[in-house]
Amino acid sequence: MFPRPIQTMSPAARTAYKIALPVMLILWLLPLLGVAMTSLRPSSDLAQGNYFGMPSYLAFSNYLDVFRNSPFASYMLNSFRVTIPTMIGAVALSCLTGYALAVYKFKGNLLIFFIFVAGNFVPFQILMVPVRDLTVKMGLYDTITGLALFHIAFQTGFCTLFMRNFIKALPRELIEAARVEGVGEWQIFWHIVLPLVRPAIAALSVLIFTFIWNDYFWATVLTTGADTQPITAGLQSLNGQWVAAWQLVSAGSILAALPPVAMFFLMQKHFIAGLTLGAVK
Amino acid sequence: MTAAPAIPGSASGLPGPRKRRRLSRKLAPWLFLAPGMLMFLIYVIIPILQSMWISFYQWDGLSPKHWIGMENYVELLDDDAFYTSLKNNVIWLVLYMLAIPAGLFIALFLNQKLRGIRLYKSLFFFPFVISQVVVGLIFSWFYAPGFGLFFALTKWLDGTGIAILANPHLVTYGIIAAGLWPQIAYCMILYLTGLNSVAPDQIEAARLDGAKGLKMLWYVVLPQLRPATFIALVVTIIGALRSFDLVSIMTSGGPFGSSRVLSYYMYEQALSEYGYRMGYGAAIAVVLFAIMMIFISGFIWKMWRDERGL
Repeated sequence: MFPRPIQTMSPAARTAYKIALPVMLILWLLPLLGVAMTSLRPSSDLAQGNYFGMPSYLAFSNYLDVFRNSPFASYMLNSFRVTIPTMIGAVALSCLTGYALAVYKFKGNLLIFFIFVAGNFVPFQILMVPVRDLTVKMGLYDTITGLALFHIAFQTGFCTLFMRNFIKALPRELIEAARVEGVGEWQIFWHIVLPLVRPAIAALSVLIFTFIWNDYFWATVLTTGADTQPITAGLQSLNGQWVAAWQLVSAGSILAALPPVAMFFLMQKHFIAGLTLGAVK
Repeated sequence: MTAAPAIPGSASGLPGPRKRRRLSRKLAPWLFLAPGMLMFLIYVIIPILQSMWISFYQWDGLSPKHWIGMENYVELLDDDAFYTSLKNNVIWLVLYMLAIPAGLFIALFLNQKLRGIRLYKSLFFFPFVISQVVVGLIFSWFYAPGFGLFFALTKWLDGTGIAILANPHLVTYGIIAAGLWPQIAYCMILYLTGLNSVAPDQIEAARLDGAKGLKMLWYVVLPQLRPATFIALVVTIIGALRSFDLVSIMTSGGPFGSSRVLSYYMYEQALSEYGYRMGYGAAIAVVLFAIMMIFISGFIWKMWRDERGL
């Protein structure tokens, strides 16, 4: 183990470490803690210049105000309506593509794989004008469907990379044996491979949920109104309305961050497995 | 095992099923690939080519396109805002690299077996899970004159306080600091996972040879962390060049356009109150794409070598 386990060090070093841990953490999360504090501060405190002292009382009503005087609930709902179909769509498509690229040997296999990988890294701006144009032409501009369709297509790149590597690491004998038995290709995929890739499906689902929930660029490019905009774009426009009403901006920010944070804490193991791309096990 | 023949179709002597199965095995990968490839083609590959094509036109998105050849690119050469954006992209790229050593440092700090350390690791990772919009708002508050913690701190130090986001010389650094926060968390988690798989016997052997501290890190641990470093490098470079959300949230490119980056400048030209100059925007996007392709080709080249086992 590196660095040396703290248990083998002097008692003084151990104590120092145990003190350093929470201190570092507080420093690290200072901006977030500040915003959390601000979200509970009554507006009267802010008006009187009490920014950092004890709040005169804990104003949980800020959180209610966020819902009361803005379409916040609608924004949150839209986020779910974009995120969940994208999660299902991209994972489903990439199970198919990943299987094809991992199991079959054919001409162009690596080329197609690398096109998926490279496409996943391109700047969004090179896609912006044509994708917006295409969405308008399909009559899907400013709709949840239009936004979700793009996300499904784009995330397929990353998901294929992940799925293909995951399936490739499965024991090949399983598939060979099934073929020898005369099992059809689709049956092999459905009954043998799919049950084995469940961990990959879990990892990708959590990751895609977070990526899409947090997407801001495409939300501003493909949607405009409170009926369709997800929370990221909504929060930005509310930020414009709530000028210097930091208690509301803060409460809104915390609320918008909650679903991915909850997802992360519930599915931590899968989340990290996904992020590290399985390359470091 | 059932009585199925070892080679499908061969024992029966009937050509029918054998032929069909062969065909299906040849066709199968393409059927599996078709839906995903089609979507990716329509929404990613073709739009890249279309953007390149549009960059040769003058176009407001509605009226007919007007071919102007290289004029958009010629205009770029003389555009101060373009150079500001390009310069800021370089600053982003260079400073973002700090996320890698910083992430490694925190990972080393947290790589202990202690009660409750898992929770610490999760909490350190926190900033990455939050949307960049929220990170941007958090830091806008942090820097805000009067309200913010950072401003209060600088005021306490120098008497007047520094409004980072209103200062054309400092604004980009302020935004990059906000971007580094989640990026360091990402690199940290990559290294924490990597450190888990460092071979303990090699560490012990090196320790017996008298290696410790930085020497141990450099000669024994880091070589084993190569895969983690590679991914950290990829995501950090891509993250730096893709930066858009924070600039849009925190400053909208201001003050006086001093915090623009190429991605944001492109958006501004193509889709904002500055006008719908799709052709010019596309030209900016092509430049950014070309810069990123240099790095992407590098990654792909390395992955290709790994695939081939070279």
